[in-house]
Amino acid sequence: MKHADEYRDGRLARALAARIAGEADPAGSYHFMEFCGGHTHAISRYGIQDLLPANVRMIHGPGCPVCVLPVGRIDAAIRLAERPDVTLCTYGDLMRVPGSHGGSLLKAKAAGADIRMVYSTIDALRIAETEPERQVVFFAIGFETTTPPTALAIKIAAAKKLTNFTIFCNHVLTPSAIQNILESPDVRELGRVRIDGFIGPAHVSTVIGSEPYAFFAEEFEKPVVIAGFEPLDVMQAILMLVRQVNDGRCEVENQYTRAVKPGGNKRAKAEVAEIFELRKSFEWRGLGHVPYSGLRLKEAYAEFDAERRFAVAHIEAHDNPACECGAILRGVKAPADCKLFGTVCTPETPMGSCMVSSEGACAAHWTYGRFRDQARVAS
Amino acid sequence: MTLKAYKRKLDIKNGCVDLSHGSGGRAMTQLIADIFHEALDNAWLRRGNDQSAFEVIGGRMVMTTDGYVVSPIFFPGGDIGSLAVHGTINDIAMAGARPIYLSAGFIIEEGFALADLKRIADSMGEAARNAGVPIITGDTKVVERGKADGVFVTTTGVGVVPDGLDLSSEKARPGDRVILSGTIGDHGVAVMSKRQNLTFETDIVSDSAALHGLVAAMVEAGGTSLRVMRDPTRGGLAATLNELAHQSKVGFRIAEEAVPIKSEVAAACDLLGLDPLYVANEGKLVAVVAPDAAEEVLAAMRAHPLGHDAAVIGDVVADEHHFVQMTTAFGGGRIVDWLSGEQLPRIC
Repeated sequence: MKHADEYRDGRLARALAARIAGEADPAGSYHFMEFCGGHTHAISRYGIQDLLPANVRMIHGPGCPVCVLPVGRIDAAIRLAERPDVTLCTYGDLMRVPGSHGGSLLKAKAAGADIRMVYSTIDALRIAETEPERQVVFFAIGFETTTPPTALAIKIAAAKKLTNFTIFCNHVLTPSAIQNILESPDVRELGRVRIDGFIGPAHVSTVIGSEPYAFFAEEFEKPVVIAGFEPLDVMQAILMLVRQVNDGRCEVENQYTRAVKPGGNKRAKAEVAEIFELRKSFEWRGLGHVPYSGLRLKEAYAEFDAERRFAVAHIEAHDNPACECGAILRGVKAPADCKLFGTVCTPETPMGSCMVSSEGACAAHWTYGRFRDQARVAS
Repeated sequence: MTLKAYKRKLDIKNGCVDLSHGSGGRAMTQLIADIFHEALDNAWLRRGNDQSAFEVIGGRMVMTTDGYVVSPIFFPGGDIGSLAVHGTINDIAMAGARPIYLSAGFIIEEGFALADLKRIADSMGEAARNAGVPIITGDTKVVERGKADGVFVTTTGVGVVPDGLDLSSEKARPGDRVILSGTIGDHGVAVMSKRQNLTFETDIVSDSAALHGLVAAMVEAGGTSLRVMRDPTRGGLAATLNELAHQSKVGFRIAEEAVPIKSEVAAACDLLGLDPLYVANEGKLVAVVAPDAAEEVLAAMRAHPLGHDAAVIGDVVADEHHFVQMTTAFGGGRIVDWLSGEQLPRIC
């Protein structure tokens, strides 16, 4: 296996940092949002903020699929899993996401629900095949990166005529969320969040390509630089954004040319288009109901839709009122601004979803960055 | 005419453990004799008592116990049997002690293949012989199908601490050096590579090994300059350093570049979304050593086959928050926190 050391070279990082510091106008400041949790994780994991000048600030975006899942959907998944005939298959990150009343899939599992952690849709399909007496429900979540594998699983299930496999679909769309942020009062009218540009998604863009972002550059006049998830990718993207701002340009640039093509992955997009259709609206934690931001199965594949097969009702549920996940996901607040952060809300006992996934802004800040909030240890 | 009771031989090739093997009757005696005594043979077991007597050696003794439930039971570089021997020997050795005896308890699920049980017992016997630490007493229980997962092994060990030595987890002091005996993450990745739903192609093998020989060399070189030793098993290097930071009321400052890791392990961790700092090891140790003795201890470790990749990875610092901080190879800083939950692959 070849390793990615060349994208983590400290010497190159320092050279890039020097260029960013040299080109960033000391009289101004730069506020860039990294949309993706993968970038948030890289920034924290490699200490990238330490390498940036003080006037270049990164704002964490809502691009963590676990974090944006609303409480009601977790509650619905728990109810599904509690049915005696159902085996719920889920990615591990979702196990600890808090639902209402302190519930979680982890607690439901301990109480006897048949919930199994899987690493791919194929694992869930295999369980459906080997245990025909169980109703296997795959808890499908994620952005455009994880949607094609779910589409493929549906096609395989259809080809094999599996009658005991369904998905609980929570797939969401990146461009709708970015648009929602840019149109929010926080950004547009109140000016509470200043965003001078975006680091565009890495893996998502390998599927959808770079073209869908042109709208943001043109309509909202925000530069977008699509970047890979390695730390040098992120540093280079920041430099490219600084240059766009300095030049007064608003373009979509692609730093991640080794993987992202303008048109994306046509085969993957076709598979998704065949199986899924847009929901009129989907609820996001933090962003609320966002029009045309989520996917569901087309009528032709309705038999694989857990919501239809088990008549899953919409559950109206709310976050802990003191939890600032919503504001944090919109970039209005930073994790340390939340009263719960690090007190009652820690990765062991998460109150909000941002504290659960390693890509969540709170968990990343707690795990990798909280010493910046405290007095630095004397070296 | 004398009637000689017919005794059917254990069908090790095709047979499996049933409830009679735990019932206290002839079947249990046969299982113990043909599998465990055969594999672990020594003078103590041959006497056939429910306990074993041994002379008490003067000085301070240490005792430890550990349960082994690894899944899968057989993994590249070891199995639950060798792991149960190495792991308990290592817990003894981390006190700077010389392990002398082990015990072993087995909880076996009905239906477990006799061939697998024999393979595990043989592996334990070999590990114990190689380590020079005999298993002198044991126990076997069989539970109904579904009440266990194949086999669980518990081993207990006793050992003797050299005069004057008193290693303990509260003894790290600011200024002490932190030495790691070799590459991290090998065991966890080797085991994970064989998990049922996660099979991937890799040549990585577990580092499972008995460390008491390495420790003896370190004690000889460092003596009372050794403050604390711990083997970073579950939760990996990160958990061990956080535990020591809290118990000694200090902080650690670690340099990522100094932490040895095999490139295959780093790549596999990347693929699975794991941080190797949190991945288990079974043949590595972390030592906190007084600064003036660090070079000598390091040299002694590097001269030992289980320590040739040993490296100073950082220092103990004064820190009221007891943080483990790391300077990343990339040039930034980060906290190495406790692990929360199981470490699981990311989903996007």
